[in-house]
Amino acid sequence: MHGAPPAVTAPAVRPAKRHHWIVRLTHWLTFLLVIGMIASGLQIYGAYAKFGDRGGPYYVNPFEDQAFPEWSRLGGWLAGGLNWHFALMWPLIIAGVLYLGYLVASGEWRAVLFRPRDWRGAIEIQKYYLRLRKEHPPQGKHNPLQKLAYTFIIVVGALAVLSGFAIYKPTQLSWLTSLFGGFQAARYWHFWTVWIFTGFLIVHVALVFVVDPASLRGMISGWYRGRFPSHD
Amino acid sequence: MTDRRAFLQLLAGAGPASLVAACGWDGGNAVRPWLLDVSRLNDWVGEKILFSSRRLAREYPITERTARLPSYFISREMPLLQHPAAWRLQVGGLVRRPLALSLADLQTMPRTTYTVKHHCVEGWSAIATWHGVPVSAIAERCELLPQARYVRFDSFDSGYANGWDLASAMHPQTILAYGMNDSPLPPTHGAPLRLYSPTKLGYKMTKYLVSVTFTAERPGGYWEDQGYPWFAGV
Repeated sequence: MHGAPPAVTAPAVRPAKRHHWIVRLTHWLTFLLVIGMIASGLQIYGAYAKFGDRGGPYYVNPFEDQAFPEWSRLGGWLAGGLNWHFALMWPLIIAGVLYLGYLVASGEWRAVLFRPRDWRGAIEIQKYYLRLRKEHPPQGKHNPLQKLAYTFIIVVGALAVLSGFAIYKPTQLSWLTSLFGGFQAARYWHFWTVWIFTGFLIVHVALVFVVDPASLRGMISGWYRGRFPSHD
Repeated sequence: MTDRRAFLQLLAGAGPASLVAACGWDGGNAVRPWLLDVSRLNDWVGEKILFSSRRLAREYPITERTARLPSYFISREMPLLQHPAAWRLQVGGLVRRPLALSLADLQTMPRTTYTVKHHCVEGWSAIATWHGVPVSAIAERCELLPQARYVRFDSFDSGYANGWDLASAMHPQTILAYGMNDSPLPPTHGAPLRLYSPTKLGYKMTKYLVSVTFTAERPGGYWEDQGYPWFAGV
């Protein structure tokens, strides 16, 4: 029913529709917006580059009292950084809600959410990567390790938003701020999500190019012509 | 709708903007007005959705007070009154009974004391005790006119001023403080009188007060006019 391409004579791989336009749109929006959030966040960080009430004690922080290089910051000064941060947060939240809404409504969440029963498969695919197993284990759209990574980063994304609101309105949303351990602790966790996103981005991009470059095209056009067919 | 346009512009601008974040770039003249439009939208969200006139900020035991609460003023030297005895707080604008209150007058009015956390826009926080008159008690005495929707607080610190929405000003924890940590308010923190509220960022709390003016139009403020968020509720 969805215009499958005509059966060309002996194609190397049959193109498969991989990603819905909502997934592709929100993926790239999130990428741009998170970079904008990090850059404006690093600008804001410079105004008080430590974590803890005045007078300490302070949370362990390798970047204490340090300014991030100018090229990594957005906003020019504190007010500019804040205005960027508080403007980009809305489209980022909208993209996140749209993406999660699509996952739920379409049932696609099954291909992404890592569940306890995926542990077995995760071990098998890890064996394959460690060359303890010859055959690539059969998988759905994503293998269990991918599911683990994507589930993890979605949770971190939710934590980034929640800890952000805990810092934004520590009095009006004091229950949320308390959940993170208070205002300064919420700032600390919010700051850590930066490094988790940065680490994820580096590994994610590296794996795309090293393991499965065709997946990049899949995330742009929606069509996948790579060597890891879904066994669904 | 400018807000929606602002969003679309931001979506389009976010990526390239982030990538050329170099040189302390703030978005330039093309983006700045949209950022400020969104900031006004955030003021609305803060005031109409997240702020509650009944929700009180948490209070702390005095043992949790911070040893040294930072302070600042914008004048070159610390603002000091030449004749402290002649100082009066002028209360006017959209009121039936304009007032000129001495410090002694204020001290006979209802008094609120609390130990609360101070949130600075820079990201630091500190705990201190404040005592003074609720702004709502002043408003009651001067009899607001129904057109009053905002309050302007002016100082003798080189024109430093802030504009507040009426609901935030009438919050039970919004006070004109003449005392800090059980002592008279020190000059470093705005003597003889400063605005205080644990529902706002520090820069909204005008120090070295000279007047309180109720208005129908939204007043600006020292930092607010330079681009800092106007509502600045926490």
